[in-house]
Amino acid sequence: MAKVIQIVEDVTVRFAGDSGDGMQLTGSQFTDTTAVVGNDLSTLPDFPAEIRAPAGSLSGVSGFQLHFSSKDIQTPGDTPDVLVAMNPAALKVNLKDLKPNATIIINSSAFDSKNLRLANYETNPLEDGSLSGYNVIPVPLTQLTMSALEDLNLSTKEKERCKNFFALGLMYWMFNRPIDITMRWIETKFKNRPELVEANKRALQAGYNYGDTTEIFTTRYEIKAAKLPKGIYRNISGNEATALGFVTASLKSGLKLFLGSYPITPASEILQELSKYKEYDVITFQAEDEISGISAAIGAAFAGALAITTTSGPGFSLKTEALGLAVMTELPLVVVDVQRSGPSTGMPTKTEQADLLQAMFGRHGEAPLVVLAAQSPADCFYMAIEASKIAIEHMTPVILLTDGYLAFGSEPLRIPKFEELPEIKVNFRTDPTNFYPYQRDENLVRPWAIPGTPGLEHRIGGLEKRNIYGNISYEPENHEEMVRVRKQKVDNVQKVIPDLVVEGEQEGELLVLSWGSTYGAIKEAIENIKSKGYKASQAHLRYINPFPKNLGDVLNRFKKILIPELNMGHLAFIIRSKFLKDVIQLNKVQGRPFKVSEIENKIIEVLGGKNGK
Amino acid sequence: MENKIDEIKTQVKYTAKDFASDVDVKWCPGCGDYSILAQTQRTSPDFGELKENIVWISGIGCSSRFPYYMGTYGFHGIHGRAAAIATGVKLVNPKLQVWIATGDGDMLSIGGNHFIHACRKNINLKIVLFNNQIYGLTKGQYSPTSEKGKITKSSPYGTVEFPFNAIKLADAAGATFIARTIDRETKHMQEMLLRASKHVGLAFIEVYQNCVIFNDGAFSHLTDKETKADNLLVLEHGKPLVFGANKDKGIKLDGLNPVVINLNDGVHSINDCWVHDEFDANPTRGFILSRFTDIPGLPTPIGVFRQFNKPTFDGDYMKQIEEVKSKKGKGTYEKLMFNNNIWEVN
Repeated sequence: MAKVIQIVEDVTVRFAGDSGDGMQLTGSQFTDTTAVVGNDLSTLPDFPAEIRAPAGSLSGVSGFQLHFSSKDIQTPGDTPDVLVAMNPAALKVNLKDLKPNATIIINSSAFDSKNLRLANYETNPLEDGSLSGYNVIPVPLTQLTMSALEDLNLSTKEKERCKNFFALGLMYWMFNRPIDITMRWIETKFKNRPELVEANKRALQAGYNYGDTTEIFTTRYEIKAAKLPKGIYRNISGNEATALGFVTASLKSGLKLFLGSYPITPASEILQELSKYKEYDVITFQAEDEISGISAAIGAAFAGALAITTTSGPGFSLKTEALGLAVMTELPLVVVDVQRSGPSTGMPTKTEQADLLQAMFGRHGEAPLVVLAAQSPADCFYMAIEASKIAIEHMTPVILLTDGYLAFGSEPLRIPKFEELPEIKVNFRTDPTNFYPYQRDENLVRPWAIPGTPGLEHRIGGLEKRNIYGNISYEPENHEEMVRVRKQKVDNVQKVIPDLVVEGEQEGELLVLSWGSTYGAIKEAIENIKSKGYKASQAHLRYINPFPKNLGDVLNRFKKILIPELNMGHLAFIIRSKFLKDVIQLNKVQGRPFKVSEIENKIIEVLGGKNGK
Repeated sequence: MENKIDEIKTQVKYTAKDFASDVDVKWCPGCGDYSILAQTQRTSPDFGELKENIVWISGIGCSSRFPYYMGTYGFHGIHGRAAAIATGVKLVNPKLQVWIATGDGDMLSIGGNHFIHACRKNINLKIVLFNNQIYGLTKGQYSPTSEKGKITKSSPYGTVEFPFNAIKLADAAGATFIARTIDRETKHMQEMLLRASKHVGLAFIEVYQNCVIFNDGAFSHLTDKETKADNLLVLEHGKPLVFGANKDKGIKLDGLNPVVINLNDGVHSINDCWVHDEFDANPTRGFILSRFTDIPGLPTPIGVFRQFNKPTFDGDYMKQIEEVKSKKGKGTYEKLMFNNNIWEVN
């Protein structure tokens, strides 16, 4: 029977199964292939904090959502069009998120009484009519995989484990994508286990063929390549982008890159990624604890490296005291906080934006430093470079905020040419004539004089310093002067950061002001309301301390300011206190990113009947 | 370049003055720290390093003001974290000779974690522990080396906790050079500092140091003329363990038990004494020596307890970098960014 190929603009697929089912792997393979086909895409992995919760349980469901399109997209999609559910628990957990009429491919082999009971189903949803609003396609994935691998000399368990590749093959057929990229990946991944190469490849091919031959599938879909700006692209996750940004900054500055870090979800991948790059002189010090991680980085900065430390919420708190030392010694240091749900251990694998006030003020004494925030997975690359540049050129600690959503999510990055990226100027002081460790240039920046330089021997540390001379000073007036100088030095960074860009009308009824990972959802929401006849503008902050110098002006050009945040109102708090201007808040604290529709609805509510004109 | 530096190293003749900074020293009059500073400045010219390649790093406490008074590079850190800061310095520039000045509170209490891990990894750092068995800068609370039962401001009825034995701890954690000296033993301290400077690996020196204000006389039995000879045992490699005013007492190993013997009793002779071997590959004797201070009746050893060589963390790290470089070639931006899964949009 001939199958119809239907051309569609964009699709959101979610793979869901047990933590042991390899859903993250399946999702990332589908993503890689989708990237190479040239679609724009955005992903949202979602998994439990436990390594492997009990099989079949509701708490053990792991998911991977992927939005891909032939147009420019910003988010992993609100509501999946297609769900692949590997067991009853996966169906139950994900069903409420689906579009009406969504397609659900169900591994019917897993719908036995035990799994149904584990998922708290009283009746089998495949039989009780509860899925009538959906296009349900039951496929005995496990059973089909087992038959495909029947003659292979592998244990039942090992064969069963290949079912995710069967599912992936089926999806490749459905969306008309090549399977050879994943074939090659399997060959490399299992190169020491030829029997597993054979099994996984066979399962993948069997899934693909099943789509082709069986009569339940009548339609295939095609999503054309997106019209992205010219260039060479790669798919990149936020954590990977952050790591590569720092290696690039090291190449740009000619400095060794030093990372002092302690593993913590969701930041660990930056440490893991950077530990691969020894041929770039990257030194990764996996410290005994968070405090050691940042302290070693401070030592590295003193010794003349591009020094960074990476962490997440609880670890960020532990680094607080040392951050004060970095402020006092005026050394360049980048601290990456991949925010996660808190307080305390919170929900370690879930995202949140609730460390902003800690980044701004979470130190004792008057301890200002630079705070930046990345807006998308690919932007992590640019902001890591920017954070390094500011830290080095202004001799100040810089906090770079990302979050779990950016860290694990991915999107295409147009790889810039090396020359397109900003220069990073390093001025090691070498001249001993009239050298004082706290003398300052026009931006109040002190010299970087590193151990090993003859004639510049000096001592720094956490005790208050006499301005210019750098010796210890407890003089009241000097302390106040130094507090003011350190603040002014950070404020001076405003001179080199770009003005805030307003997307859309430059003045009017409503400005949506935001920071961090909410960028994409807001951008799509504003595009959507436009088509409904409303108008609102967007301004997104990547520089939070200091703010861009035109922020005050921008705020004054709009009647209403809406600030959506994944916290209880951190940016709103700062804007109110700094600009004495009231703002409207939209807050979500569920460990999940905003849906486009949530922002859209709020904008329409705020605009009332005014359409923003 | 290398040769040139070596040449300069031998040409430059420093004096103690070159290692003094212009900062006024502000320890209490009579503090044992003065001696440590003086012996360090005196021996630094013989460390075989250019002044600009020496870095002193510290945490917080009286002892930790030390870097300010040295004419080298210095970093006064935060409480307990000197070893971590020093690790960063050493890894970025392994050519630097990195010293740590620390106290019993700083390194064994808040900094305990960093201390044991620095020892475990055998990072090429030199740690000088100023042990006065009391908290000085916070004004007189007991420390992790204070003896059980000690009455202090925060233990008016006596402490109910056992102290750390720093030598035992360093040894167990993996330090490769372990020594003890006393603030009043100036020549001995100079020798220990000098030898630590030459050691490749984590060198640990515990200095018994008198706090005149809060713990005066804690070590007087080891420093007073009348009592010193009977309580102090000077360890020398290849020499028998002998002490006492007339060198009339020795230490014999009875199985694994150290016992004091009288060399004039007609029964024992110097040939019965334990002969000290600093380089003993077997850690047992070093461990027994480290326990002397825990056993009543035994003298307190000073000198080098153990020293041996094993690969250093920083050395192996640099080696690994060089190996990867020779295998993969130097990294470039193109190799970094243009990986397998790239695609082009025209």
